[in-house]
Amino acid sequence: MVTLPVLDRKVIRDLKRLWAQVLAIALVMACGVMTLILAQGAYRSLSQTQETYYDQYRFGHIFAQAVRAPDHLKERIAAIDGVSAVEMRIVRSAILDIPQMAEPAAGMALSLPSGRKPAVNRLYLKTGRLPEGSRTNEVALDSRFAKAHGLKPGDTFSATLNGKKLHLEITGIILSPEFIYALGPGDLVPDDRRFAVFFMAQSAMEGLFDMKNAANDISLRLLRGACTPCVLEKLDRLLKPYGGTGAYKRKDQQSHAFLDAELTQLSAMAKVLPPIFLLVSAFLVNMILSRLIALEREQIGLLKACGYASWSVAGHYAKLVSIVAFLGVGIGSVAGNYMGRLMTQMYAQYFSFPFLVFDDSPDLYLIAAVISLIAALGGAFSSIMKAARLPPAVAMRPPAPPRFRSFLSLRSQRLRILSQLSTMGLRHLMHNPLRSLLTSLGVSFSLALLVSALFLTNSMDHMINVAFNKAETADARLTLADDKAPTVLGDIMRLPGVLTAEAYRQEPVILRFGPKEKRVAITGRPAKAALSRILDLNERAIEMPSTGLMLPTHLANQLGVQPGQMLDVELTQHNSIIKQVRVAGVITSYMGLSASMHIDALNALVPNGPRISDLAVNIDRTRLNDLYDAVKETPGLGGIALQMLSRAKFRELMDQSFTSMLTAYITIAVIVAFGVVYNAARIQLSERGRELASLRVIGFSKQEVFHVILVEMAMIVLIAQPLGWLLGYGMAAGMIKGFASDLFRIPLVVLPSTYAIASFVILSAALACALIVRRRVGKLDLIKTLKTRE
Amino acid sequence: MPTPVFIADNITKTYTTNKVEVHALRGVSMTLYEGEMVVLLGPSGSGKSTFLNILGGLDNATTGTVSFLQQNLTNFSESKLTRFRRDYVGFVFQFYNLIPSLNAWENVALTTEIAKNPLDPQEALELVGLGNRSSHFPAEMSGGEQQRVAIARAIAKRPEVLLCDEPTGALDTQTGTLVLEALQRINVELGTTTAIITHNTAIQEMANRVYIFKDGAIASTHENEQPKQPSEVAW
Repeated sequence: MVTLPVLDRKVIRDLKRLWAQVLAIALVMACGVMTLILAQGAYRSLSQTQETYYDQYRFGHIFAQAVRAPDHLKERIAAIDGVSAVEMRIVRSAILDIPQMAEPAAGMALSLPSGRKPAVNRLYLKTGRLPEGSRTNEVALDSRFAKAHGLKPGDTFSATLNGKKLHLEITGIILSPEFIYALGPGDLVPDDRRFAVFFMAQSAMEGLFDMKNAANDISLRLLRGACTPCVLEKLDRLLKPYGGTGAYKRKDQQSHAFLDAELTQLSAMAKVLPPIFLLVSAFLVNMILSRLIALEREQIGLLKACGYASWSVAGHYAKLVSIVAFLGVGIGSVAGNYMGRLMTQMYAQYFSFPFLVFDDSPDLYLIAAVISLIAALGGAFSSIMKAARLPPAVAMRPPAPPRFRSFLSLRSQRLRILSQLSTMGLRHLMHNPLRSLLTSLGVSFSLALLVSALFLTNSMDHMINVAFNKAETADARLTLADDKAPTVLGDIMRLPGVLTAEAYRQEPVILRFGPKEKRVAITGRPAKAALSRILDLNERAIEMPSTGLMLPTHLANQLGVQPGQMLDVELTQHNSIIKQVRVAGVITSYMGLSASMHIDALNALVPNGPRISDLAVNIDRTRLNDLYDAVKETPGLGGIALQMLSRAKFRELMDQSFTSMLTAYITIAVIVAFGVVYNAARIQLSERGRELASLRVIGFSKQEVFHVILVEMAMIVLIAQPLGWLLGYGMAAGMIKGFASDLFRIPLVVLPSTYAIASFVILSAALACALIVRRRVGKLDLIKTLKTRE
Repeated sequence: MPTPVFIADNITKTYTTNKVEVHALRGVSMTLYEGEMVVLLGPSGSGKSTFLNILGGLDNATTGTVSFLQQNLTNFSESKLTRFRRDYVGFVFQFYNLIPSLNAWENVALTTEIAKNPLDPQEALELVGLGNRSSHFPAEMSGGEQQRVAIARAIAKRPEVLLCDEPTGALDTQTGTLVLEALQRINVELGTTTAIITHNTAIQEMANRVYIFKDGAIASTHENEQPKQPSEVAW
């Protein structure tokens, strides 16, 4: 039979005796391990899948759009230094009529070269085959849309392309690296049911859109080490005569940008959260071990007197701490693995990859274990060293009594502001201010965690409210296949169910201010637009000034321009004419970078006279189906964005993910708050058992004695509140900053109710701790404590 | 005839640990009268502390009854015992049991805050000769001083009885004498019934009555016609 060395038996018994505290620490540590494995694992899965997918399917590095670029430009583009492959194609919006679906779906049609694979942005063919060059009605359909409607190769649907109604046959179901995250027009989140990406043969698209030997979309792949800005500049120069709207990098490609935002967030999570959890658990280990060693002072002396070496005493405590760490690693690994798989499944819903598996290679667990062990031993280091250094003769003597300072003066006592019991609690708190502060900090961290999770709904709600209730109040937006004369407004007004309609003009431009420039669109709006309004910096709707440009703050900041200053406006689709326009003001906008101008002013600015590009409409809901049918049949319409449905879809998704996110964050925050408060209270009880028992003997009731502990705990938890709010606000601000891009910005809004909910959760956890500790106060052994010397 | 404060009748106390029964008290009867000072003498384990704990409401008797001013303590609930300790009993222990985070004055005020008719904490400290040490914390005082603060704390609420368990056990002769002088002064000036446990036989000379414990029972008892002053007691 193997017998454990006596010291190891002591380790096991100590663990059994301290199980509740040990478990509390292990759980906090497990949170660190879990977030590390979850975030790092998900990050790896996503980034490696992305990399492999991009690589194998030759996802572009640079993208550009033009009005009509002749095919022969391809050679000149390919000759640009650093370019390894060029693909030119036709990309146009469409309106789809899907059987069993009342509303029209928005579509994006892209051309496929015939007889060869695309040099850039290849397709992953899931089933079926790609369209053939000779057939004009064949399409390869994006798998998400196909899945949402149960469509398969051989099925057909109708679509309006360039104002012509066509019957299309599905030949294959595909995935594309360009559309891993696919947003329909006007949508804030992907809606598989209402947005379709489909590919058609080049020759078919050329015919449909009158684009013989021409393209409007260019993608490039670059050689390793190529000078991206140089290529962008040269490409822009080549495309300029053909209505180039400005080349951009991957960073600004929509699907990539969203995927990248997720990766950034995961990477931030992996970097920020685990260290904080591990620091908190290191602090807890430090707290519990220093108390244990104080209690076992005489035992340590005895061990050394018996001939145990200092290092074996140190090793004994290191073992204890290591077991706690491994317990945390074990729990955290299981939880991290589970959550990681869950997260990956969730990603598979949003991001369309041919394959996506949770990558939890063993090294991740090893790293987590090593880091946790370092954290635990780091926390224990000073206590272990103290035990190792304690000379046996000193250890056998009781420690000097603690010295307290009269931090609450005698005067206040005589005025009876505080009872002696409260004074005891507060003085004890101040006796070890660093420990008290760290304990508060631990609690405030759990609070901050909650605030930083909960505020997102406040911000999103605010953004949605501003975007949809104040700025974009239209039910739908119709895009014209080509810019048309203003008379088209009347045609749209005559569509069934249309209550009001407003016409807008979109004009791609380059805005220049000094050395800075930005390629954006100017939206021409009527002065008193009701369906799409501009908002001042206080988010109030304002009238469009008759002259001058209104810039979103984000754009004005990027250009470094202020109201009153003049901007160079280059009209990229009109021979690059440059005009000077005054900046009339800055406006609030959370989506896109579009500048605004009075439509008459814009019409006057651009040489080809008054034009309309798109229309916002309000719809009589009782006649929706009539309108849907009409839209599907109306020639001249290029696309439709059903904003009322986008809003509903967004809300639904927010509510869904909010619930699960809230559950996860509350669980973690409660674990941390509980771990910190419970350990602090237990240690307090251990340190003060004797004096509390004395109070009981003197005649104080259990409730009164508990009050002493409660005062200290309450102070710690209360101080943690403002600290946690502040910390949470800071974390929220950091997150918001990380999210900001040219595509969208999230406003930082933290409502009082968010602080209140977070505090309520943490205070409840603390209260639960208090009740558990209260039971222990009731069990104080009065006689034993009085008979022994501390 | 003085009024009896405590009447203990045939008290037994049996502890059962690991199926072994330990008879700590085997039928102790004793009456303590108002204003008297008694000393309980006996070797370790003779049952004197167990008996004092039962009188003070810290522990329950296994059989027998204890009455305090004609109330039967035996039937008291825990909260009633707490109330009893708070209102009537002052304790003094071998290891002082002061609250380290409170200074001398505050340690005394701890009891005066919850007592019905207490002394002023300063007055109580002056009674034990520590009027000038009120703002000192326990860590800043000698053992004897700490014990006198403990006595001041015990008597500040004007208890009916003062129960002292080895009050000089951790002290040297000189400081021990100061402590005993404080106890005697309180006994005389406030008329507090005082019971002192000790295994120092010399202390018995300052008591009105002496009980000698042995093996959980009273082996003998005697009275001192002329109790001595602590300074006269040689130990």
